[in-house]
Amino acid sequence: MIAELVIFIILGIVAVSSAFAVILSKNPVYAVLFLVINFFALAMLYLVLSAQFVAFIQILVYAGAIMVLFLFVVMLLNLTGAIESLQDKLPAQRWLAPALGMVLLVEIAVVFLSGFFAQVPEASELPEGFGTSAPVGMLLFSRYVLPFEVTSAVLLIAMVGSIVLAKRRP
Amino acid sequence: MPEIVIFLLIKLVMTIVIFALWMTMVPFMIWLERKVIADIQIRIGPNRVGPFGLLQPIADALKLIMKEDITPAKADKLIYPIAPALLMVPALLAIAVIPIGGMVTIGERSFTLQIMGEYRGPNGFFVPELDAGILLSLALSSLGVYGVVLAGWSSANKYSLLGGMRSSAQMLSYELPLGVALVGPLLLASSLRLNEVVNAQSNFGIWFIIPQFVGFIIFLMSGTAEVNRAPFDLPEAEQELIGGYHTEYSSFRFAMFFMAEYLNMVTISALAVTFFLGGYRLFTDIVWLQPIWFALKLMLFLYLFVWIRGTWPRVRYDQLMALGWKVSLPLALVNLAITAIVLAYVPKRAVLVLTITSIVLITIAYYGSSYNIRRSTDMTARSGYARRHLPESEETRI
Amino acid sequence: MLPAYPYLILSAVLFTTGTLGVLIRRNPIIMFMSIELMLNAANLAFITFARYQQSMDGHVFVFIVMTVAAAEVAVGLGIIVAIFRLRGNINVDELDEMKG
Repeated sequence: MIAELVIFIILGIVAVSSAFAVILSKNPVYAVLFLVINFFALAMLYLVLSAQFVAFIQILVYAGAIMVLFLFVVMLLNLTGAIESLQDKLPAQRWLAPALGMVLLVEIAVVFLSGFFAQVPEASELPEGFGTSAPVGMLLFSRYVLPFEVTSAVLLIAMVGSIVLAKRRP
Repeated sequence: MPEIVIFLLIKLVMTIVIFALWMTMVPFMIWLERKVIADIQIRIGPNRVGPFGLLQPIADALKLIMKEDITPAKADKLIYPIAPALLMVPALLAIAVIPIGGMVTIGERSFTLQIMGEYRGPNGFFVPELDAGILLSLALSSLGVYGVVLAGWSSANKYSLLGGMRSSAQMLSYELPLGVALVGPLLLASSLRLNEVVNAQSNFGIWFIIPQFVGFIIFLMSGTAEVNRAPFDLPEAEQELIGGYHTEYSSFRFAMFFMAEYLNMVTISALAVTFFLGGYRLFTDIVWLQPIWFALKLMLFLYLFVWIRGTWPRVRYDQLMALGWKVSLPLALVNLAITAIVLAYVPKRAVLVLTITSIVLITIAYYGSSYNIRRSTDMTARSGYARRHLPESEETRI
Repeated sequence: MLPAYPYLILSAVLFTTGTLGVLIRRNPIIMFMSIELMLNAANLAFITFARYQQSMDGHVFVFIVMTVAAAEVAVGLGIIVAIFRLRGNINVDELDEMKG
C-alpha cells in the first residue's frame, strides 16, 4: 500500500511534469524527449497495474518506433525554433485555452468519479497470469478477432497513404 | 531474515557478477578484434603491451581518458553530454533477460542464472521468470537509436547529423526483420521466455539453427546492421562522413560510444546463442559448466562479427535499404508463415519439414535476392536516385 | 493496493494537458505529440479499468489504440513533410487556402 503510493506519486509527478514540458518546450527535439520520458512513466504505471505485456509493447512501439519517427522528421525538416509565427490568427485562444482545459478536467473527473464509473470494484487478488502475453493473445484472436483484422487494414491503408504522400511527383 | 531480502540479495549478487563479466567482454573484444583483423591483413597486431598484447585495451583506454574532452561551441549543452550514455545504458540493460546458465540449487533455494529469471525459495516462495522477456530486450535494443541520433543532432555538425539520420533510418528498417526472424524459434518453443526457448531446444534435441536456418541468417544480417557493424557501418562511414555521429566526440565520451558498440555486439551474439545455438546447454547438464558453454558459443559469434568486418566491403546506402526492405523483411515473413503452417499441420515432423523448407527457401532467396538487388539498384541508379540522394549541399538534404 | 481513482485522475490530467497542447501551440509537430499524449491518457484509463474489473479486455483496446496511433503518425508526419516541401514552412495558421 505505502510502497505503491510512493511509486504512484513519483511516477505521477514525472508523467505530469514531462507532459507539461512537452507542450511548453520551444525546441521540438526537447519536446520529443520529454514525451519519451512521459511514455516511460506510463509504462512503469502499467507495470504497477500488472499489465506487463502492454508495458513492454508501450516501450517497444511508442518509445522505440513512433517517437524515433517524430525525431526523424524534426531533424529532417530542421524545425528547431523560429517557425512558430509571432502573429497568431486566434490570439484569444492562448488565454481561453487554460480556462477551457480546466473545465474539461473537471468534467472528466466528474464523469470518472460519479455514476457509472464509480462502480469500479475495490482492488482484490488477480487471477494467475493476469496481464501476461498468453491471455492477451487469446483475447485478441478470439473475442476481438474482427477489430484485430480491421487494424491490419488500417495499417495497410496508412502504409499506402504515407508512400503516396512521400513520393516525389516528377 | 525474511525470504524477500534473501531473494533480493541473491539477485543483487547475480546482477553485479553478470554485469562485471559483461563489461570485461569489452576490453577482450577490442583485443580480439585488433588481433584477428591483423591476422586477416597479415600483420602481427598489438604485441608490446603485456603477453600477446593482452594489456593493449587498457593502454588504449588510458590514452582515450587522458585526452581533452571537447564540446563544440554550438553543440546542445544538455543533450550532447548525455547522448553516449543513452546509447550505452540500453545495451547494458538488455542482458537482464538472457539466461547464461540453468537451474542452480543451494540448500532449499533454487534459481536460474538469469537476472530476471525464476526463483524458488522455501515455503512456496516463488518468483516466475519475466514473461515476454524477449520483448523487453527488443524494446531496449530499439532505444539505442536515440543515442546515435541525438549524438548526431546535438553535435551541430553536418557530417554528424547525416550519420545520425542514416543510422535512425537504418536501425528502424532492420528492427523489423530482426524481430520477425525471432518469431520462428519463439513459435517452435511456444513461449516468449528465453529460458523456455533454451529448454525447448534440448527437448527437440536439435538447435534451432537447423530448422530455422533462414531466420538465423536474417537475424545475423539485421543484427549486424542494428549494431552498425561492418559491412553495414554506414552511419560512421569514414570516407564519406569523417566519423559519422561521433565525429565531434573525444576522450571518455568517445570511449563510451566504442564500449556501447561492443556491448551491443555482445548482446546480439548472446541473443543469437540463446535462440539458435541452444543457449547454455551442451552435451551434459552439469550446471557449473553451463556458463562456460555459453561463453564458448558467445566467442564463436564474436569471432564471426570480427571475421565479417575483416572480409566484407561496406555496402552502398541504397543497397542497404534494398536489402532490408526488399529481401530481409519478405524473407522473414515467408519463413514465419511456413513455420506457422508446418507447426499447425505437421507438428510431429516439424523439425524435418522445416529443415527441408529452409534449405529450399535459402536457395531461392540467394538467387532471387542477388537478382532483385542488382536490378533495383541498377534501376535506381538510372533514375537518378543516387544523384538526388547523395549529400551534396544543404538543399539536397530535405 | 490503491483505489482506482488516483490513476483515473492522473489520466484526466494528462488528457487535459494534451488538449491544452493542441489549443496553445501552433507547431504541428508539437500539436501531433499532444494528440499522442491524449491517446496515452486514454490508455492509462483502459489499463486501470482492466486492473480493477479484473478483465483483460482493456489490454486489447490499448493494443488497438497503439496500432491506430502508429498509423496516424505515419500518415500525419507524411502530410507534414509534404506541406514542408510545398511551402518551406509548416505554420498551421497559414494553411487556410481551403476555407470557403
